[in-house]
Amino acid sequence: MNSITQDNESTQEQLDQIKTQEGVSITDHDDTHTEHHHGPEKGIKRWLYTTNHKDIGSMYLVFSLVMFLIGGSMAMVIRAELFQPGLQLVDPHFFNQMTTVHGLIMVFGAVMPAFVGLANWMVPLMIGAPDMALPRMNNWSFWILPFAFAILLGSLFMEGGGPAFGWTFYAPLSTTYSNDNTALFVFAIHIMGMSSIMGAINVIVTIVNMRAPGMTWMKLPLFVWTWLITAFLLIAVMPVLAGTVTMVLTDKYFGTSFFNAMGGGDPVMFQHIFWFFGHPEVYIMILPAFGIVSSIIPAFSRKKLFGYASMVYATASIAFLSFIVWAHHMFTTGMPLAGELFFMYTTMLISVPTGVKVFNWVATMWRGSLSFEVPMLFAIAFVVLFTIGGFSGLMLAITPADFQYHDTYFVVAHFHYVLVTGAIFSIMAGVYYWLPKWTGNMFDIALAKWHFWLSLVSVNVLFFPMHFVGLAGMPRRIPDYALQFADFNAIISIGGFAFGLSQLLFVVVVYKCIKGGDKVPAKVWDAAEGLEWEVDSPAPYHTFETPPKIKN
Amino acid sequence: MGVVRFTLWLILLIPQLSFANSSLNMRVGVTDISENVYQLHMIIFMICCVIGIIVFGLMFWAIFHHRKSKGVKPAQFHESTKIEILWTAIPFVILIGMAVPATKALIAMEDTSKADLTIKVTGSQWKWHYEYLTYQGKKGDVDFYSIMSTSQDQITNKEGKGEHYLLEVDKPLVIPTDKKVRFLITSDDVIHSWWVPDFAVKKDANPGFINEAWARVNTPGTYRGQCAELCGKDHGFMPVVVVAKKPTEFDAWLIESQKEKQNEAQADQALLSQTLSKEELMTLGQQVYMSSCAACHQPTGLGIPGVFPALKSSPIALGDVNAHIDMVLHGTPGTAMQAFAKQLTLKQLAAIVTYERNAWDNNMGDVVQPSQIKARIGGDE
Repeated sequence: MNSITQDNESTQEQLDQIKTQEGVSITDHDDTHTEHHHGPEKGIKRWLYTTNHKDIGSMYLVFSLVMFLIGGSMAMVIRAELFQPGLQLVDPHFFNQMTTVHGLIMVFGAVMPAFVGLANWMVPLMIGAPDMALPRMNNWSFWILPFAFAILLGSLFMEGGGPAFGWTFYAPLSTTYSNDNTALFVFAIHIMGMSSIMGAINVIVTIVNMRAPGMTWMKLPLFVWTWLITAFLLIAVMPVLAGTVTMVLTDKYFGTSFFNAMGGGDPVMFQHIFWFFGHPEVYIMILPAFGIVSSIIPAFSRKKLFGYASMVYATASIAFLSFIVWAHHMFTTGMPLAGELFFMYTTMLISVPTGVKVFNWVATMWRGSLSFEVPMLFAIAFVVLFTIGGFSGLMLAITPADFQYHDTYFVVAHFHYVLVTGAIFSIMAGVYYWLPKWTGNMFDIALAKWHFWLSLVSVNVLFFPMHFVGLAGMPRRIPDYALQFADFNAIISIGGFAFGLSQLLFVVVVYKCIKGGDKVPAKVWDAAEGLEWEVDSPAPYHTFETPPKIKN
Repeated sequence: MGVVRFTLWLILLIPQLSFANSSLNMRVGVTDISENVYQLHMIIFMICCVIGIIVFGLMFWAIFHHRKSKGVKPAQFHESTKIEILWTAIPFVILIGMAVPATKALIAMEDTSKADLTIKVTGSQWKWHYEYLTYQGKKGDVDFYSIMSTSQDQITNKEGKGEHYLLEVDKPLVIPTDKKVRFLITSDDVIHSWWVPDFAVKKDANPGFINEAWARVNTPGTYRGQCAELCGKDHGFMPVVVVAKKPTEFDAWLIESQKEKQNEAQADQALLSQTLSKEELMTLGQQVYMSSCAACHQPTGLGIPGVFPALKSSPIALGDVNAHIDMVLHGTPGTAMQAFAKQLTLKQLAAIVTYERNAWDNNMGDVVQPSQIKARIGGDE
């Protein structure tokens, strides 16, 4: 009971703080409720049985960090082999397994769980809810993930190795021409899909039902908005992915011919179905990033986000457009002219709402009072480098030019700019932004700045020259290359090793911050806005047990 | 579009800026279409650069001048419908400016009508097959496989790498310049993609479906490309080499090739009555094995467990010789094991089977003659 009284006291302190602030005032009815609470259990049981959104959020984040390092070490294998022309370290079959599993791990194991972890931690705190709406399902959606990835990674050790058909698993390479790892791959994807769908349902139910009184739709923080839209995308497309892998499974083992021309099927249909999932998936990995950056930039510009409403509408239009552009991944696959034109135009259109976002961030910074704490550094790098990824995306939309870019390193450069310096930089910005709130400690700022600057330089050494080798004609997913690509590949590999090693600094910073550091106040960053800054640092195990009231 | 004209002007006046034909940029290529694509690429690139300079310029201005450390007090402005409409509408107009030339180029690229020469391009793991279907209304009647000719020793760094490392083949595709050449592209197994950067032609080869593309080459020369769609283990070792010859030279080449094909058929017939020595068959067998079989079954005959079966001590190589021949001739449908009956000559087929039954301590002692192969092919018809 002692701890609860303390909690109440601290809540009271916060309330006093909050009431002095402009704009928002909160009234709490703490004294009227006498529920009995549990603190966290001790030992492993805490983590196995937890239904606490903060615990689950932390597990998601740690899991995604582990996956980021595993997927990253596969990238190191790839870059080591490509350091020089010729085959030095691995055989082509193993090389293909590395590119495939690297992609799968990074997409499904690193980026997506990291965003789900951030959503678990921050959505209830941002909307003034005590927890996620469906806490037991929340536990389950996390705990099936390690099994999915154990199966996927385990398949690397089976006879003939793991999946080697690219993360896009185009049929018939993944059906008729693959070995039995396909079965494990399909099973793993099914589990990941279930986890994602449950996570998405949880986010939607939480946001729709558990907003504190007065937290109207157009007051929601943008991170909550972007996640709400992302969750709808997930529910719409993860079943499509499940259907695709199931068809792959039955084609391989049960004699169906969905993708087999000899049986009346169509291998190109696979690509249509896959990319109908795949393109919204791309936005699943970037919309929450928009939300994070839209929280950070105003905080360190000491100025309101320039156009909140237009940001919401832009996010929604990007989400809508993401459903009608999928075939731009398939321009070379053979499509009627009308189809090519349609998908070219819709793809070009996406740059309009994306441009609105970038302009808004810049307008927010314009005539602000900027300071450059680590989260802001990552956010600024995000805006610049993501925009570069956006430019190459616009170039890729131009169908005639895409015939030259398609399946070359130009594409590799493009999607690594939007996913590494886009999604992953935003995740790091978010972690640096909220880590003091989670742990109650400030991270080692000097070390974090080292991490930022080393990452920034190396990531560009790594990915920028890929544009050049791609334009000069180097196809992607090859273990060896012609001699004219040798110099650039050596540079790219050096950038890759440097970027990989720099991330170990991140691990150190996070570990040190969990272990200790300078204590931080509830409001870690002086100009940050939102309910999450009104609970203690570290955030108590239970927060907002009675909803805060938000008035304008 | 002023911006488009401005960028075009930039490209024309400052060619250094465009890095044409350097190892940094897209190749201009040797067809009108590829030049068109290159221009399009440069226009979009320049537009992106201009937008980037403006947006990043404003941003960095703010970063340098609107700093807290300089004592700047933040402005309070936000929300402006006018500005929002403006920065939605302007990009939209720029996009229309981009879409117009792109649409024109695309329509031209997709017009495969009125071709002078039609070639069927078939991908299979990991080689290309070219079949000349019609040339100026007449049957082409030439077909051949095109396999990478870079040696394993170069790839595994036991030997210095040649100038065209990984981008050289035993028999290149030969086409005439100044003629419209139509490619019908398909595949025998997985999806491949036939790509020649200098023609701006990249089309997927889908099993069971036929795609079309075309090129009219302006300059004679040798043009190199690669398979662009992941197609299994040796995806990186599946180059495309096209030699463009002047029409008269091409005509001569075509007639020569047609004759060669007839001679080969005759030579194969002549072989039927001969008995080849085991040594000769083993030497040739090893050669052909290395180029046609070793990619999967490995030079050691051990295969890759779980992916490609071993031949050393395998039930096929140690079993009935006719079953072994049938396997090589017809493959196993639905697996990576191809049918080699049409890919290789009788002599090569005989040599391969002989080699596989005697190499790696298989020591079956069998010597398979071309006539035996012919009998198995004939027997099935």
